[in-house]
Amino acid sequence: MQNWVNAYSWINIRFLLQGLEVTILISVIAVVLSFIFGSILGIIRYSKIKYISKIVGIIIDVIRNLPLLLIIFFVYFGLPAFGFKPDTIPAAILAMTVFESMMIAEIIRSGILAVDIGQMEAARAVGMNFMQAMWHVVLPQAYKKMIPAMVSQFISLIKDTSLATIIVVPELMQHGQVVYGQNPNYIIPVFVMMALMYFVVCYALSLLSRYIDHKMA
Amino acid sequence: MIKLLTDNWSAFLSGFGWTILSSILALFFSLVIGSLVAILEVLPNKFARIVGNVYVEIFRNIPLLVITMFFYLVIPLYVVKINGFTAGTIGLTIYTSAFIAETVRAGINSVDIGQMEAARSQGMTFWQAMRYIVLPQAFKLVIPPLGNQFVNLVKNSSVLAFVAGFDLMYQANAVASQTFDTVNTYLVVGIFYLVITLPISYYMQYLERKLA
Repeated sequence: MQNWVNAYSWINIRFLLQGLEVTILISVIAVVLSFIFGSILGIIRYSKIKYISKIVGIIIDVIRNLPLLLIIFFVYFGLPAFGFKPDTIPAAILAMTVFESMMIAEIIRSGILAVDIGQMEAARAVGMNFMQAMWHVVLPQAYKKMIPAMVSQFISLIKDTSLATIIVVPELMQHGQVVYGQNPNYIIPVFVMMALMYFVVCYALSLLSRYIDHKMA
Repeated sequence: MIKLLTDNWSAFLSGFGWTILSSILALFFSLVIGSLVAILEVLPNKFARIVGNVYVEIFRNIPLLVITMFFYLVIPLYVVKINGFTAGTIGLTIYTSAFIAETVRAGINSVDIGQMEAARSQGMTFWQAMRYIVLPQAFKLVIPPLGNQFVNLVKNSSVLAFVAGFDLMYQANAVASQTFDTVNTYLVVGIFYLVITLPISYYMQYLERKLA
């Protein structure tokens, strides 16, 4: 019999919430970093600089088409061979950032492409240089268009942090495993609670994105 | 790297096979389930719509790993003994079906409502109109996003490694822990994944541009 009452003792719930805290912390740091790197990479790919844009494009496509789990393994178990041994949480953040930057770069690029080319041309015609036109005219419009895609990427980032449990990052999934590891009668209650915690965070974000999208349309 | 590849060729190849098998099975079943859920979401019946919506929102907002581990641990406890591969593929199917349902629903909604009305006025039932008029048009529109879902599915199939599902990622860890050559092992496995995912995602980009 599954023991729901004992599984939901405050100690266990608090332990799961601590895991959720780490999950959110990793996700927020990774999303901020990947927003910055992703924007830079996306603009480089868009701006068609000789060779550089091509190379950046290939790197983006390759990393985007790999499983995140592989990247986590590579960072945690592969990088020490090059003399760099990150701790579990930094390793998770690094792997997530590498992967998400590429995803966000593609979102940014398609957002920029969705802005009418006339905007860029008009900005250049009034004397702005490429970066000024990008920064003051094109990007603000592009960012507005890509809010829904950006939020759903953030949601999948939050869900993907659960993969970091494989390198024993103390996030929600890992803490869940610790709790149901004590007693097989906790399995179902713990899974229900974990699912609920992920669901509340992710669903709230998707409602928020829908609200923003609705307001701006 | 070449030596590592040739030495462990059979492990990599079997992992590759299981990864493909799991992805194709999950794609097939999630297409079926996803389409059914999508149809539920556009039915005139309010209750059906709610059921469809709840299904999609629940499974889209829970990590794949949680779903997969749940099946891996709970089904053997109460129902039947299943191996990691089966549990992993069930998890993948359920998770992906929610995304496919969203994609197909968007496809159905983008088919002009007049098509459905015209078909109904010809005397077709709702299901006939759906099956012969609306769905064929909807599927044509959603081929590129479905292809991208398949790419995601192949990448996501790496969670089978968590449940000993014999897939590429599982074999990679086995090889890495035998040879201690983690860097080359993960590079080789990365290439195996790219062999499947890159052509599909480039082809879908091409299709998207052609359709647009």
